[in-house]
Amino acid sequence: MDGIDTRQLVFEPQKANDYKGKVDPDWCPGCGDFGVLNSLRKACLDLGLKPHEILTVSGIGCSSNFPGFFNSYGMHTLHGRALAVATGAKMANHELNVFVTGGDGDGYGIGGNHFTHTARRNVDLTYIVMDNEIYGLTTGQLSPTSSLNMKTKSSPHGSVEFPFNPITSAIMNGATFVARGFSSDTKHLSMLMKQAIEHKGFSLISVFSPCITFNHDNDVAFFKPRIKKLEDHNHDTSDWKSACEKAMLWGDTIYSGLFLQVKDRPALHEAEPILKKGGAISSRPLGLTDGQSKTIIDRMM
Amino acid sequence: MNQERFDFSLAIGGAAGQGIATPGNILARIFSRRGLWLNAYNAYQSIVRGGHIFLTMRVCNERVYTHGDSLDLLVCLNQDTMDRHLELISSGGCVIFDSDKITPGKEATGVQLCPIPIKDLSNKSKSKVIQNTIALGVINYLLGIEFNILENALTQQFSRKGNDIVEVNISAALAGFNFAKENFKSYQQTLPAGEKPLALWTGNEAMAMGGAAAGVKFYSAYPMSPSTGVLHWMAKNARELDIMVRQAEDEIAVANMVIGAAHVGSRAMCATSGGGFALMTEAIGAAAMMEIPTVFINVQRAGPSTGVPTKTEQGDLWQVLGASQGDFERLIIAPTDALDSFRTIPELFNLCDQYQCPGIVISDLLIAEGTFTTNPEEINLQPEINRGEIITNGKPNNEYLRYKITESGISPRALPGLEGHVHVVATDEHDQDGVLISDEYTNPHKRRRMVEKRAKKLSNIKDEIAPPILEGSVDAEVTLIGWGSTNGAIKEAIEQLSQKGISANHLQIRWIVPFHATEITEIIEKANRTILIENNYSGQFHRYLRSETSVKIDGHIRKYDGEPFMPHHIVDSVVEQLADKTTLSVPFQEIMV
Repeated sequence: MDGIDTRQLVFEPQKANDYKGKVDPDWCPGCGDFGVLNSLRKACLDLGLKPHEILTVSGIGCSSNFPGFFNSYGMHTLHGRALAVATGAKMANHELNVFVTGGDGDGYGIGGNHFTHTARRNVDLTYIVMDNEIYGLTTGQLSPTSSLNMKTKSSPHGSVEFPFNPITSAIMNGATFVARGFSSDTKHLSMLMKQAIEHKGFSLISVFSPCITFNHDNDVAFFKPRIKKLEDHNHDTSDWKSACEKAMLWGDTIYSGLFLQVKDRPALHEAEPILKKGGAISSRPLGLTDGQSKTIIDRMM
Repeated sequence: MNQERFDFSLAIGGAAGQGIATPGNILARIFSRRGLWLNAYNAYQSIVRGGHIFLTMRVCNERVYTHGDSLDLLVCLNQDTMDRHLELISSGGCVIFDSDKITPGKEATGVQLCPIPIKDLSNKSKSKVIQNTIALGVINYLLGIEFNILENALTQQFSRKGNDIVEVNISAALAGFNFAKENFKSYQQTLPAGEKPLALWTGNEAMAMGGAAAGVKFYSAYPMSPSTGVLHWMAKNARELDIMVRQAEDEIAVANMVIGAAHVGSRAMCATSGGGFALMTEAIGAAAMMEIPTVFINVQRAGPSTGVPTKTEQGDLWQVLGASQGDFERLIIAPTDALDSFRTIPELFNLCDQYQCPGIVISDLLIAEGTFTTNPEEINLQPEINRGEIITNGKPNNEYLRYKITESGISPRALPGLEGHVHVVATDEHDQDGVLISDEYTNPHKRRRMVEKRAKKLSNIKDEIAPPILEGSVDAEVTLIGWGSTNGAIKEAIEQLSQKGISANHLQIRWIVPFHATEITEIIEKANRTILIENNYSGQFHRYLRSETSVKIDGHIRKYDGEPFMPHHIVDSVVEQLADKTTLSVPFQEIMV
């Protein structure tokens, strides 16, 4: 490159730490999100992804600070809007690996409409939700996934609302890769992430990522004895009915792992006619050709 | 032009579902191909079947800027149209109607009633819209147009539907033509021909074409009247022009998708109306904070809330001015007609790209949905494209700062995918490297520096943009001031005023932000008398003008009934204000649509 020795500058990831961002996480010590971050760094290393080929998009919330702690192009967007921004980015440059990171309030609450439609469209994104069943950054209020009867600052007498189930919702909305992870089991989570990244289409990994400060109901001690891996229980990942039944369990057994994978549905960028040839639209030449201009004028006459 | 002036207005009225659009399109094509200037306005309602639709079309052998003040021909497709509008036709005019179904009212002296026995002439066609084609034949005769011109237009219109449909329509049109020849008197002036064919478009189509010309590769929308025409043009032409069109779940998604697409390097645009724009506003601030060039179009309709979805108003100025929380930089432009709407888009994209900020177009139903002719030579589909400072050479640079403080405040962009320039853009306040200032501590010095950096970018933009100019004689008796779509009505009002011996000049504002306060103040302070014209109740532009300049305006003309200004509304108001009868005129809307 122009006689300059750029070997020192060209990035070749050697270790998971090479995916560290410019700053260290500002999460509370003991936060589940550390496990998620480490799992993603490990998954990227294993897959040999280059940071400049990744775009990590987030909304707002504790877990949405993620892109700052991760070495890739990042967009820290508005509360609830990460999936919409990521859809625009992925469709305009489908050559990027697009990750979306955020929390349960961001994705299942304020961003719920985009969650439904991004799943339905099968946009090729890896959506990692750090679900702590609480609003942490605003110091502890109900979230869409908070359990019935849970006491928080906004529900001092206990919640009377039934919680949102991200797994069954994603399946019903047409997501083609639906998984659940647990932040304390980074090996398993990292494996799920690799599968999700390699999956062509919308992939959800909803991760139990306990909030150490504001949610004392659903902490590590709650999840650890309950979580069972689907792969240890002969689950058929092509059976959506069985996937939904297992996703509904919330008692002594709570399943983690890959619930459903649909392999024969094209991702949105594969179905989009404009992208059948010619590479990413973001790098195509701008403006109209003489022929196109003439056609436009002729049709006005 | 040595020819005698030909200035003719016709209206077709009926219910939604009676197929007014088709004869309207056929006539518009006949006129534009003949080189005649056209301005059409369709008054309609938010209803798919029924209601009252009233299409007004003015055709002239010189440029026209409005749909006019009077009607020469009324085509009644139902009794309701006859009952509502017969009185609009004065001596010399004609009224066409189905004599089997419609009872005429009492026409004014000199008006020719043209009853058509549709059932007899329809040649056993069972089509409910055959009366439209028969009426076209009658119009053709009355205006002295050769039949083969209509025949060609019908062939083109219906060829997609097969030869049988073409034949049925041609024979119906001929029956109408022959019946008119035997029974009615044609107009004294026959339809002239212009120099060369003119192009036909709506303001929405013009904005969509402006986007295509500017290199828009990503267009996203949620359908909303009266902006949907942009989506329709984009969707129809997407494959040929290599544009990705996405219909999203709501306007929030629309605006955010546009931001995502723009961030990775596409020129991206979206259009909506006030309600949808309200949903987009948080994203506009996000684009400003992350410094992502994006274009948002608000085609105004009468509000507030759902308001009157199919009627026009200039009521969203302050919504646009106040779009999104915080104190930030963006551009706002109000195009003045269809051609200007077209030119505005590439112009705005070039500025947004250079200054890395969002840009807003504030149009309205009148120019967005109106149909107009334009000289095709005036449409430059290959305008200059300036993408601003983008790093493309890919030399890895670990020192890259996305928000580097520079002399101009503009920091060169590196697009995701480029090696060695990895960074995060954030809606949180951030430092030069993109790291959130809250990740350190909310450093007030860094915050101040970044606020000033973003503001600095646009501090000299006024020098790049032409200020508004005063049209007409400097010492005119009265200066008429407008913004955006009122341009045409004011222009024609000035011509009519001069016929009454009143001299008026014209200041039309197009750029809202940046605002050329110095130049505008100078013009207004030199004026003998100023009257400000707005299509709203509260004088939104007046308040903005006062906030930016402190100039005093002598009088106001405001209309907020959902219908646009007709030139005579302005003329009558100016006359009453010059007689010192009032300083606030609210013209009366005569046509009940």
